Formats: sequence, structure tokens, C-alpha cells
Amino acid sequence: MSVRRKEIIGERVFVALCLIAVVLPLVILLLLLVDMVWDGAGRLSWQFLAGYPSRHASQAGILPGIVGSFYLIIVTAALALPIGVGAAVYLEEYGRRGRLANFIEVNLSNLAGVPSIIYGLLGLGVFVRVLGMGRSLLAGACTMALLVLPIVITASREAIRTVPDSLREGAYALGATRWQVTRQVVLPLAFPGILTGAILAVSRAIGEAAPLIVVGALAYVTFLPESLGSPFTVLPIQVFNWVSRPQKEFLANAAAGSVVLLVILLLMNSLAIWLRARLQKRRTW
Amino acid sequence: MEKAAANICRRNSASFYEKIIEKLLLSSGLVSVLTTAAILAVLLYETVAFFAEVSPARLLFDTQWTPLFVDKHFGIWPLVCGTVLTSLVAMVVAVPFGLLAAIFLSEYASERVRRILKPALEVLAGVPTIIYGYFALVFVTPLLQKLIPDLAGFNALSPGLVMGIMIIPLISSLSEDALHAVPVSIKEGALALGASKLKVVWGVTVPTALSGISAAALLALSRAVGETMIVAIAAGQQPRLTLDPRLPIETMTAYIVQISLGDTPAGTLEYKTIFVVGVALFVFTLGMNLLSHRLVRRFRGKYET
Repeated sequence: MSVRRKEIIGERVFVALCLIAVVLPLVILLLLLVDMVWDGAGRLSWQFLAGYPSRHASQAGILPGIVGSFYLIIVTAALALPIGVGAAVYLEEYGRRGRLANFIEVNLSNLAGVPSIIYGLLGLGVFVRVLGMGRSLLAGACTMALLVLPIVITASREAIRTVPDSLREGAYALGATRWQVTRQVVLPLAFPGILTGAILAVSRAIGEAAPLIVVGALAYVTFLPESLGSPFTVLPIQVFNWVSRPQKEFLANAAAGSVVLLVILLLMNSLAIWLRARLQKRRTW
Repeated sequence: MEKAAANICRRNSASFYEKIIEKLLLSSGLVSVLTTAAILAVLLYETVAFFAEVSPARLLFDTQWTPLFVDKHFGIWPLVCGTVLTSLVAMVVAVPFGLLAAIFLSEYASERVRRILKPALEVLAGVPTIIYGYFALVFVTPLLQKLIPDLAGFNALSPGLVMGIMIIPLISSLSEDALHAVPVSIKEGALALGASKLKVVWGVTVPTALSGISAAALLALSRAVGETMIVAIAAGQQPRLTLDPRLPIETMTAYIVQISLGDTPAGTLEYKTIFVVGVALFVFTLGMNLLSHRLVRRFRGKYET
């Protein structure tokens, strides 16, 4: 066999290996999903979705988890969005290349790499203890808001950057102040991007369990949260509780709970994509 | 005259309003700085309180971690060891897969294939870790037990492998950026000298992008070290100074979860230990992230002029 021919075969083998490296993880992911749906399908019922946890696996439901997750992300978004968009506007429109903006930026890139469980310790020390919120929904939402803040800021900054400078300059030429330009030109145009990024950031919060366990979300809750001060649980923590029980019957509940969690995530991601497509139609430049 | 005065007044109040807005925006930017400060303050406060009762030497020179037993030992190395073990297993999976995937996407795949496969790969990083934990415990461990008979029900191997799959997209996406940034002129130079495409990839493109690829690997490693739910579910709760991936171990993150689930009152020694472990975790991950950022900057500095 000639050297050239060997080279060609070697190259083909290598490309095949590379292709396997991409496809195999995807196949494993598919396997995981199929396995999960298979295990959980028997438990998925109206009773499961609308029921409360129980000592009997077949009677246990996940309603407190669903409602808790729902409340938690609403409050998290209400806290993280204004602060995140405000910070993004400051970094992009006001502080551009200033020393202070630079400092904030370095700090943000470091924060983005901090493990989520450390945020849990932060929440436990600051919100639960020092600020006296106790192990409440509010303390959990504050912790999650800080966790998703770097993501919200990054997404908002990217959206703000897509607004062309010519539009800003046009508004300035008409005598608008910096805030008027931001408020009436930049933000309305960046809105679809900001919204999409915000939904994606919040959907990250739905899947997180670790920081909330540290903050003190309960694993066995037989009531719905009534106010911001109530104890609460969320979907992933309920799933974790079922996975870590010694009785094997509860594994089916964990699988069914995981399916519910994935469906909610999928719905939120589709919503983000649909909203972006819909709102972007109005763009005229 | 009065009109002019009113105008000046209005302009002054307008600029006053502008200044207030700017201060408000700045303060929302400073929330992130405050967050960092608060993390440091909380971790250090409880750690100092811990060291008032337990000497640092007991933390560093003991080989057992048993804060919940009557005979308390506070040697942190078994927890560090558990974390290193699961993270290493994850890296053994994620680095080759991630790098080969990056080479495929950046050097071989057509634009159409790339546009389908890249987002598909990103989905791996978006699945909640609790679901990966379930997968490791219920699917991967029993499967591995058929191949390795003396594998324990809780072990470092299975969660490590699953964690590796989770961080593949992290490595592939950042490595692809690095490979993509290698100037075409260098590759074309090598091709013109008669090198095959395979030789160009391994002899020119990958070595040139090496600092970017290492940065990606470091970031992925830091992610694996901080990962919590997968190891909390499938690795066990037995702090053990071992490098045998078949045995039950406990990672730093899983220990924090274990204590948080129990009923540990604030102010007790057990309560303070989770902050001490938190400090170690924070230092490790921050160190790797800083190193990774430095590598990326060095890589960028090389070709962007």
C-alpha cells in the first residue's frame, strides 16, 4: 500500500472518530430521556400532578413542587430583571471603558464561575441569618436572583449591543439626553433579545437544586406556599428526595418528576424562541 | 426674563434627574461587586469562627473527616480526594470527546451539519443536573456493575462518567472557538508544503490553539469540581481517602448538601464546617477560572493584532 493511500485511510478513520465523539453523547442523552420516560410513565397521571407528597409512592404527588418552582421563578425574575438590565445599561451605555465599568466586568466574569452551591452558602449567611428572612420562599428567590444575575446581564448586554450606533447618534443629534436615548431608542429595540435572555436565565434557575437545599428549602412539604415568608419546596428538590429514598418504588416517582421538570423547561425555551421570532418581525433596520 | 429662569430651572432639574438615573444604574451594576464581597465575608466569618475552636493543623494534617461522629476528626483531604476523583473521571471522558467534537465541527463539518450538531450538543449542558444524577444512579451504575462486579452501589466512577458527558459541550464550544481563531494562512502554509489535512490538524492547528483548548479544559474542570447534585445522588456519603473509583466516597459539594439536609442548628461546629469546605471549594474553582481567563488572553494576544 502506498504512503498516500495509508494517509487517506488514516484520515477517514480519524474523521469517523470525530463524528462518533459528537454523536455518541447525543445518543446517550437520548437513551437517558427514553429510560426516564419509560420508568416514569406509569406514575404520570392527574393525581400525580395535583397531589401532595405521601409515604406511599403510588399516592405521592408533586403539586407543592410545581407551585413552589412557579412562585420561586416569578419572584426571582422580578428581582433579577430590573437589576440585571440596569447593570447592562450602565456597562453598555454609561460606563463604556471606564475604570469602574472595567472593575464590574472583571468581577462579573469571576462570579459566573462560582459554583452554585457557594451561592447557597451566601444565601444562608446573608438572607436566612443576617437579614432574618428564615428558610423562606423570599430567601430562596433572593439567592437564585444573585445566581442568575451574571447570565441576565450578559444576555441583556448582547441585546443592547445589537442596536446600531447610528440610531443613538440620530437621537443625540435631536437633542435627546443619554437617558432619553436609552429609554426611548435603545431599550425598546433591545427588548426582544433581553426578554429571550431573561427567560433562558430563569429556566436555568428552575433546574437548580443545590443552592436551595443549602438555603433550606424543605424536601417534604404537604402544603402550598401562602406568602413570601412561607417554607417551600421546588421540583428538583422533590425529585432529589425521591431519588435518595431507600425504597425502590419511589424511583418511578423521581422519573415522573424529572419528566415534568423537563417538559416545563422545554415549554419555557420554546416560549423564548417564539417570543424572539415574533417580536423581531417589527424590526425595520 | 421669568421664562428664561423657568427654562434654566427645568434644565437643571432635568440634569439632576439624569444624574439620579445614572446613580441608580451604577448601583445595580455594583450589586455584583457586593455579591462577591458578601460571599467572601460570609465564608471568612464562619471559617474564622471555626478556627477559633479547631486549629488549622487538624484540618490539614488529619486524614479523617468525621465531624458528625463523637470522635471528631476534621482532616479535609478525604473530601478533597473525593472531589478530585470524580472530576478526574469526568475529565477523562470530556477532554477527548470535547476536543474531537471541536475538531470535527471546526475543521471537517459542513456549515449545514455544524448548524444542527452544535446546538444539539449544547442541550447536554442544559439538562438539569438532578436528572443526570438519577441517570447515574439508576441506569449507569447497574450497567457498570455488570462489567465490574465489585463496583459498589455508590461509587465515584458512575457519577464521574455522567458528569463528563455533561461538560462535553463546555469543552467543545470553547475549543472550537480556539481552533477557529487559528489563522488560515498558517494552515495553508502547511498544506502547501505537502502535509495531509490530518497532519495539519495535529501538527499545526491543535498545537497553535493549545492555550485556548487548555483554558476550555480548566473551565470544565472547575465546573466538575463545583457540580453538586450528580455526586450527591450517586457517589455516596462516605468521606474516604482513596483513588479507587469503585468505592463510595463523598465530595466537598455533597458534604455541604448532606449537612444542609440534616437539622443542624446555626452556630454549631458542624454548621461552621460547611463554610470551611465552601472556602476550599471557592479557592479551587476561582484559581482555575483565573488561570483559564489568563490562558484565553494569552491566546488572543498571539494572533489578534
